[in-house]
Amino acid sequence: MLLNQFLLLSAVLFCIGVYGVLARKNGVLVLMSIELILNAVNINLVAFAALNTDALNTDVSGDVFALFTIAVAAAEVGIGLAIVLLIYRNRRSIDLSEIDLMKG
Amino acid sequence: MSFLVALAESDSVPTGSTVTDSANWFLEYAWLVPLLPALSFVGILFFGKRMRYKGAELGIAAVALSFLLAVCAGFAWLAHHDDGGYVAVQKSTQWLQSGSVEFGAGILVDGLSVMMLLVVTIVSLLVHVYSTDYVGDDKRYTHFFAFLSLFTAAMLFFVLSDNILQMLVGWELVGVCSFVLIGHWWEEKPNSDAALKAFLTNRVGDVGLIIGTIALFFAAGGGRTFDTVKINEAIVGGDVSQAALVVASVCLMAAVMSKSGQFILHTWLPDAMAGPTPVSALIHAATMVVAGVFMIARLYPVFFEGMQIGGSSINLMATIGAITLVFGGLLAFVQDDIKKVLAYSTVSQLGYMVMALGVGAWTAAVFHLFTHAFFKANLFLGSGSVAHAVHSFDMKKDMGGMRKFMPKTYVTFIIGSLALAGLFPLAGFWSKDEILVGTGGWGLFGDTGGNGAYTFHLLMGMFGAALTAAYMTRCVYLTFHGEYRGGHDHAHDEHGHEAHGDPHESGPRILVPLYILSGLAIVAGFANLPGGFQLVPDSWTERFGHYVEPVGSSYFPKIAHATPSWSLAVVASVVALGGAVVAAYYYFVKVDRLSKETEASLTGLPDGLSKSNRLAGAGHRVLVNKYYLDHFYERVIVAFTKGPLARAAYWVNQNVIDRTVDKAGETAVLAGRHVYDIVDQSVIDGFVDGSGRVSDATGEELRHINSGKVQNYAAILFAMAAVLAGAFLIIFAL
Amino acid sequence: MDTIADNNWLLTVLVFAPLAGALVMALIPQHDEQSHKQVALLTSLVTLGLAAFLLIDFDYGSAGSLQYFVDTEWIEVIGAGYTIGVDGMSLPLIALTALIMPLVFVYSWNHIPEPGNAKAFLILSLILETGMIGTFVAQDLVLFFVFFEVVLLPMFFMIAVWGGENRRYASLKFFLFTLFGSALMLLSFLALFFLTEAETFNMLELTEIAGAGIPRGTQLLVFGGMFLGFGVKVPMFPFHTWLPDAHTEAPTQGSVILAAVLLKLGTYGFIRIAIPMLPEAAEAWAPWIGLLAVIGIIYGALGCLAQTDMKRLIAFSSVAHMGFVMLGIATLTDFGINAAIFGMVAHGLITGMLFFIAGSVKERYHTLEIKRLGGMLAQAPRLGWILGFVSMASLGLPGLAGFWGEFPAILAAYNPAGGLSEEVFRAYMVVAAIGTVLAAGYLLWLLQRTAMGEPPAEFADDPNIVDVSTTEWIAWAPLLLGIVLFGVAPGLIFEVTDPAVGESLHKCLEAGCQAADLAASSVGGG
Repeated sequence: MLLNQFLLLSAVLFCIGVYGVLARKNGVLVLMSIELILNAVNINLVAFAALNTDALNTDVSGDVFALFTIAVAAAEVGIGLAIVLLIYRNRRSIDLSEIDLMKG
Repeated sequence: MSFLVALAESDSVPTGSTVTDSANWFLEYAWLVPLLPALSFVGILFFGKRMRYKGAELGIAAVALSFLLAVCAGFAWLAHHDDGGYVAVQKSTQWLQSGSVEFGAGILVDGLSVMMLLVVTIVSLLVHVYSTDYVGDDKRYTHFFAFLSLFTAAMLFFVLSDNILQMLVGWELVGVCSFVLIGHWWEEKPNSDAALKAFLTNRVGDVGLIIGTIALFFAAGGGRTFDTVKINEAIVGGDVSQAALVVASVCLMAAVMSKSGQFILHTWLPDAMAGPTPVSALIHAATMVVAGVFMIARLYPVFFEGMQIGGSSINLMATIGAITLVFGGLLAFVQDDIKKVLAYSTVSQLGYMVMALGVGAWTAAVFHLFTHAFFKANLFLGSGSVAHAVHSFDMKKDMGGMRKFMPKTYVTFIIGSLALAGLFPLAGFWSKDEILVGTGGWGLFGDTGGNGAYTFHLLMGMFGAALTAAYMTRCVYLTFHGEYRGGHDHAHDEHGHEAHGDPHESGPRILVPLYILSGLAIVAGFANLPGGFQLVPDSWTERFGHYVEPVGSSYFPKIAHATPSWSLAVVASVVALGGAVVAAYYYFVKVDRLSKETEASLTGLPDGLSKSNRLAGAGHRVLVNKYYLDHFYERVIVAFTKGPLARAAYWVNQNVIDRTVDKAGETAVLAGRHVYDIVDQSVIDGFVDGSGRVSDATGEELRHINSGKVQNYAAILFAMAAVLAGAFLIIFAL
Repeated sequence: MDTIADNNWLLTVLVFAPLAGALVMALIPQHDEQSHKQVALLTSLVTLGLAAFLLIDFDYGSAGSLQYFVDTEWIEVIGAGYTIGVDGMSLPLIALTALIMPLVFVYSWNHIPEPGNAKAFLILSLILETGMIGTFVAQDLVLFFVFFEVVLLPMFFMIAVWGGENRRYASLKFFLFTLFGSALMLLSFLALFFLTEAETFNMLELTEIAGAGIPRGTQLLVFGGMFLGFGVKVPMFPFHTWLPDAHTEAPTQGSVILAAVLLKLGTYGFIRIAIPMLPEAAEAWAPWIGLLAVIGIIYGALGCLAQTDMKRLIAFSSVAHMGFVMLGIATLTDFGINAAIFGMVAHGLITGMLFFIAGSVKERYHTLEIKRLGGMLAQAPRLGWILGFVSMASLGLPGLAGFWGEFPAILAAYNPAGGLSEEVFRAYMVVAAIGTVLAAGYLLWLLQRTAMGEPPAEFADDPNIVDVSTTEWIAWAPLLLGIVLFGVAPGLIFEVTDPAVGESLHKCLEAGCQAADLAASSVGGG
């Protein structure tokens, strides 16, 4: 098994995710891009876990981390979507470039 | 011990150090002398206003006690010297230690410092007494006395120092006192300007002092010490490289030029006359300004070797002194302010002292310092007495004929003037004569065996003597002779009082110090009658030099002594007298006659200087004008000296040197402003702001970074993460 | 380096006492300002008491070793320990901090700056105190960094909330500059951790290693990171531009703390961390540090001459004074570093005092425009005299504290450590000496235009202009006394710092930049 291929895939996914987070204006798409980033990490975690597993010992910590990440990602998407929904209710738009409520 | 034995000793190589740490109580405890005025300063500062005489009594008591101690120390030194020869007393303790270097604090008591203790305390005491009357109704009377005390303490501390670091401390402290006292009436801008100018000019010299001190610290025998004795001994012993000595002596010379008012850094001294007159007498004539001279005398080996004084006929120090004494003297001719005449005269006399040290006439310089303190303090206090009566310092506008009103002041002023002019047998004659002898320049006319044949300096000294006599004659005439010119308008003096009625003689608290000082101006010169002076027994001659000059001590270079010469004394006297006679002829005869004819109190001849005369009816006029000898005297010698020459010097003074100082200041401010405006505000700030813009390459400006947009924040987050990741990469890669 | 570990509770209590006070204050309602002031003052006095105990209890015979040493695990994973200790190098600075803070609180008694809210203001000040003392006792790089950064935020808020008109700009500039420096500094710390075999943040061990095993080029880079981190804080030319703005906008108390203690964190970092840990790089960097130092001296002075605002002038003078401190450090001699520590303390006392005066002038005249001021000696004579006295101290008058920071630094530059070029440093020495003239120029000029002359018409009959008040006297007297005391008896500080400096430099000396051999020191005349 070649670790590199997984890492490359993960990196590509990560970059797509970052691009999405930074460039898309639609809030839902941004959330989806964040999912991509998280999953890119998951792939890394699982890949390294697999690398450490051989005939003699089994290392599942990477897989466990990946499971956690998935759970957290689910929660995050839940909250994120709720926020997007609220914003839509208040503003009739989910265009992030129009939202600057965090301005100090 | 006779002088001859001392000479013989100076030729032998000194074995071991001639310094001891045990001696008579008064010598060991000489540090009490500066301590008393220092305590009095603190006392007056905190409790002065609540005292009966507003602090003056404390100041006077402290200085009087110091004076008594100094006198006792003086006698103790005579006994000590008679006992065991010239063995200085040094008591020191560790002040601080840093990086394996120990700094001491202590006193070095020898003939030189004892002499200075006496001079400073006596002049200071008299000035204190004088001030109780002179600034009697000043609103900052207490404050004035506090700083007189502090000044006295600082000066005494300075002269007793046994190391150059301590000297530097004292040196700066007297500078500050001078600053405060010149600016005593700080309400008016000229006064505070003068105070600033004095301090800053001195500060310029201090750069030299700091560097010179440091150079000596490292140079002296590789020893890392500030101890004057050790430094001097190392230099006398030849353990110090010539290069280091040249650097040190030139740098220290810069400090001397500023403190002791040597030409081109002298301009602060006349301005310093903005201070109260007692201050001028104490600080700007008798004591502080001689700090530079004292420093040369104390560190003489540095200069003697660094400037290569022995066996030469020209060096930096002697030349600066010579130029100063002539230029200062010329400038004194064009002053209307009596204190400025005296101030320029001080510049000129300091030039004598520095020149004397420069030609190797150590004793002559120190002796001149000694006598000058008395007669110059006398003159300043006398001018203050007159000014106190007429509420002005302007000789031409507000004085004239004062001898009728103030006969006692007049007499003391005349004595002081004669002493300053160097006429036999007053104090100035002896000390000035010694300086002229010391140049060794008379050797052209017969060998006098000095340290070298400084003929040029001898001539300058002669010329200066004539000038001195002439300008003092002018000053005396304008102030005390003719008719009283003041009183008709509302002249305001420095206290803001209006003149009222005719001027009258000053009170006893002013006159008594004048009597004492003029007495000293008469007798001080006898302290050092020249060797080989046939009118008195040999044991009466050279007393001052015998007890003050560290001949044969381990920390003094082997200098040669010139032999006094009758012929030189006579010639010098004639020259000085000549100067006086020419000036006297102009004022006491010509101006006086014209004044009587026109029934006005003139201050000069109306056709004397500026009006040119046409050459018509020459033969007739030659006779009428007595072969133009008068014209020659008046319009060529006197007029040229008084007019173009002095004015040119004054012009150079005001327009070149002063202007340069001003311009340098202005340029510095301007440069500062430009640097601030252009570099600081635009370039560096711009660079900072610009770098902010660059880093925020996604398009927003630095200040808009705080846009409130989620995606911008995310962008920053990622960028930072990338930077950190990159940094880790670099670290691991290394 | 030996360590002495008795009374090991003392330093911890000293560091966290202010924080405890801040916690107590957090429980007191905001409107009860009087209690806040009392608690804050009390806390700082307790801290001062502890510092005084430290001063008495400190074993001066072994000032070169770390005393009250504590070394326990803190963050095991990254190998950071809670390591604290104090030696002769940090003792004067701790004492200075502990002294300044009560004075600040006394001054705050009736000088809470706009817009009020004493609670927040005083709590921030106490957090600052913890940060500052913590920085001086920390003997672990991570701990040091944490305390170093703890200082940053309260100061930022102090300027941003209680500052003058342009406070946003100034506080942001201060924050950005310092953060920028800190980031690079942290990188250098990490590099030290990884590059030395020891994998430790313990400063003692790192000093012992003294960069052994790190390639020279890397050492230079790592030192460069530290140089930026500490140099910004000092501040050295050309990283100084935040300082005048921060000072001008900060409230009086902020300026005092900033000038008196905060700037010293940078210089302290140089002598505690950068130089002992990377002696070889220090030697290579020293001429450049010296160059920037003397540029700072001249440049700061020129900047002062161009100022029209009193507070800004004082701020610029800090650039010049810290230049002398850095020049002392750059010589890499025990003598020069002693002078630098003295200069830090003296600058703290003197410039702190100058900012107090500026605050009081502002309060009375409602302006610091030099052109509009004048005649202070006539209207408030004591204030005027104090200004005169402190100006004299600031321009380095012998007999007052400022002199012992300046003169020995210049002296040290004449004869820098063996590996450094004498010619270069002697040139620096001359420039620095000229700087003293300029210093006299701008300070006396300031004095003349604010204190001397007749009072200007607009203030002639102003009833606001009164002489020094009682709270001011109480706040100022210790500083004024300190200026005189250390001026007359400089040994008090030199004797404490000397062994510690020798100890911290000994690696440096072994590494080849030893001070010129005394006997063989050439005196080749400049």
